[in-house]
Amino acid sequence: MNPAIQALLTILIGVGGCLFYFYGSNLVLDKVLFPPRGPNAGRNINRANQIRPWLFLLPAIIALGLYLAYPVFATAWLSLNRQTGASSTFVGFANYSRMMSEDKFWESMTNNMLWLIVVPAASTAFGLLAAQLTDRIKWGNIAKSLIFMPMAISFVGASVIWKLIYDTKPADQAQIGALNAIWMNFDGGIGSVLLLKVLPALLLLIIIGGLGWLAWSMLRPILRGSEDRGGLFLMLLRLIVVAVSAWLIFTLARMLAGVFVADLPYGQPQTWLSLPFWNNFFLMAVLVWIQTGFAMVILSAALRGVPEDTIEAAIIDGANPFQIFFKIKVPQIMGTIVVVWTTITIVVLKVFDIVLAMTNGQWETQVLANYMYDKLFRANDWGVGSASAMVIMLLVTPILVWNVYNARKEMR
Amino acid sequence: MDNIAGTKSSLTWAVHISVVVLVAMWVLPTLGLFVSSFRTGDQIVGSGWWQSLTTQEQQLSPIRIEGDETETNGAFVIEGNLFGNARTTISSWGTSSREPEAYEPGQTAELGDGVTVTVQADGGYVLSSPVTTAGERLPRIFASATTPPEFTTDNYKTVLFSPLAGQTIFQAFMNTATVAIPATIIPILIAAFAAYALAWMEFPGRALLVAAIVGLLVVPLQLALIPLLQFHNWLGIGKGYLGIWMAHTGFGLPLAIYLLRNYMVGLPRDIIENAKVDGATDFQIFTKIILPLSFPALASFAIFQFLWTWNDLLVALVFLGTGNDQQVLTGNLVNLMGSRGGDWEILSASAFVSIAVPLLVFFALQRFLVRGLLAGSVK
Repeated sequence: MNPAIQALLTILIGVGGCLFYFYGSNLVLDKVLFPPRGPNAGRNINRANQIRPWLFLLPAIIALGLYLAYPVFATAWLSLNRQTGASSTFVGFANYSRMMSEDKFWESMTNNMLWLIVVPAASTAFGLLAAQLTDRIKWGNIAKSLIFMPMAISFVGASVIWKLIYDTKPADQAQIGALNAIWMNFDGGIGSVLLLKVLPALLLLIIIGGLGWLAWSMLRPILRGSEDRGGLFLMLLRLIVVAVSAWLIFTLARMLAGVFVADLPYGQPQTWLSLPFWNNFFLMAVLVWIQTGFAMVILSAALRGVPEDTIEAAIIDGANPFQIFFKIKVPQIMGTIVVVWTTITIVVLKVFDIVLAMTNGQWETQVLANYMYDKLFRANDWGVGSASAMVIMLLVTPILVWNVYNARKEMR
Repeated sequence: MDNIAGTKSSLTWAVHISVVVLVAMWVLPTLGLFVSSFRTGDQIVGSGWWQSLTTQEQQLSPIRIEGDETETNGAFVIEGNLFGNARTTISSWGTSSREPEAYEPGQTAELGDGVTVTVQADGGYVLSSPVTTAGERLPRIFASATTPPEFTTDNYKTVLFSPLAGQTIFQAFMNTATVAIPATIIPILIAAFAAYALAWMEFPGRALLVAAIVGLLVVPLQLALIPLLQFHNWLGIGKGYLGIWMAHTGFGLPLAIYLLRNYMVGLPRDIIENAKVDGATDFQIFTKIILPLSFPALASFAIFQFLWTWNDLLVALVFLGTGNDQQVLTGNLVNLMGSRGGDWEILSASAFVSIAVPLLVFFALQRFLVRGLLAGSVK
């Protein structure tokens, strides 16, 4: 049968079946099981109303249970078994230890950590910048919709788009990749030093400063010993943030030194996607490009929600635009920034298409989701594949708990 | 914002320039591929897409002389033009790859044995030989030429209707539509009923269910791949459209229920209570009042789900076969990137066929998308 006809039939059967189920089950409930008349009319109405919600929910619960909840447990079980042919044997944590002994796994973990820090931070920062800037100008809405546009493009499509930018031709031919075309203009003169050494150094210094400030503001309440600002959980969270930022400051300081020491290969076209370590950032750029629009839209709505009088008061007190932005607006939309950050974090954890399409994990760019796909469908090693899927689940869990906690708080 | 206090910010110009830079950074990558998809393979490889609007001087790939021989005054002559169009202008040419710029246009090159060739600036050539050249390999012309901007739609004709990587893009396009449309429509109905129950019906365990759905929102679908594939094999549907429709329905439901419930909770209580007093059943309230009022939320979810199913690669790789009748656009594109990685004229046109529909949906229905995003991000 032609798939198009099959699709049409499925729509008809699916939609018709749903309607028939909902209508029919309600009819049976009202007319046959508990008719609202006769001697027990009142009791019947109550009973029918107790059952009806479950009739409405049943298809959704079945689908969710079968397609999302059950697989979590099934995958957990698979990760504890070893598949040999058609039979499987319980091997405990052997798959996990096998996975841990693989270099490729640790490479994926380190890369994923990099992705988890860089992509949400850069997307949120660019999104905030775009939201704030476009809010003030007449053509802001057009600008917004253009920055938002990559959201509609598939990860694979975006990979093709960016692969053209990273394209490399031999030195004696015209460069058709934009990045190499720009790169070939640098010759090691004063302009190159300013743009490729001084500017990155300044940026790094700003980021280091920001991280230092963040770490200090997290550490201060603990050092003061004030216990009233949250329990053990919050304290732990603060310490984690401090540790991560300390590690980041250390890494960035090393990069800062590297920027000045590095002997850049001017005049040589670079194959960007196989430059070890840096190629990760070229892949991240694709996701940042896609996700910035999302961050911008949400943050722009939040910025509009900032009460006018707080801003007016600040202006009257003589605050300059930067102070208004960082001291009045940003603190008031902190909650939204966290939401945007966590949402992008989840996208990053699942990132797969970009790496598969651009490098397929070669040249030390492997990430967890692609590692998992490799194990499951190329190596056919379900044990290790499921184990790495469980690692992704484990990394998502804090966000899951946090979201559920907040949703419950809101419902009360 | 800063104008509130009556002072015009001196930063206005800086703001305008920064926004222009930002927009350029976000638009130019796509534009680059778009422009490239209208250039021939030679043009794409010969110069960056940003130069496509200016006249180009470049070394053309060698062109072999061909044509019918005519005998005049004892010499065998072949006349013709190197180019199909009349707009390319030769600045220098040669007959060997070692000296591609040996001659000016209009000069005559001696090829030995009395064979001469003359090439004019417009590409016209005259090859003259004392003996017949029939059956021999004719010389090649290496030319440097200036080419005016030129665009073609041939790339799209090629990718749409001739099979590359085993399958035409048109077929992949149809497959993608076959996946995306049912996978968008079916979850809506299921989710709408569930959302109504969670928003407006009282029953024990409601709060718990809502929390569970919020939790399921972030469960990575990576975990679902193998167990569901096993489940589909057990059901006997294996890899195929039915399986992927069901999978997309399951994966899309948490967001659908969450979005719709949040929207329905916000509907005015009075309307629903009045209807109940007038004797309407829950089923009637749902179909006659809630569903029409929830149209904006339904539209936002539909757009999300459509974009997601259209753009998806992972679910299609796992739940669909790799045959020509099942491979989707994203899968086809990944294959092309592997097998035709350097053929930018094919890659760019294929990519744009796959991007076109989501972009159309995006620009036509952007306001629903924004509304959905604002409602869907967990607060």
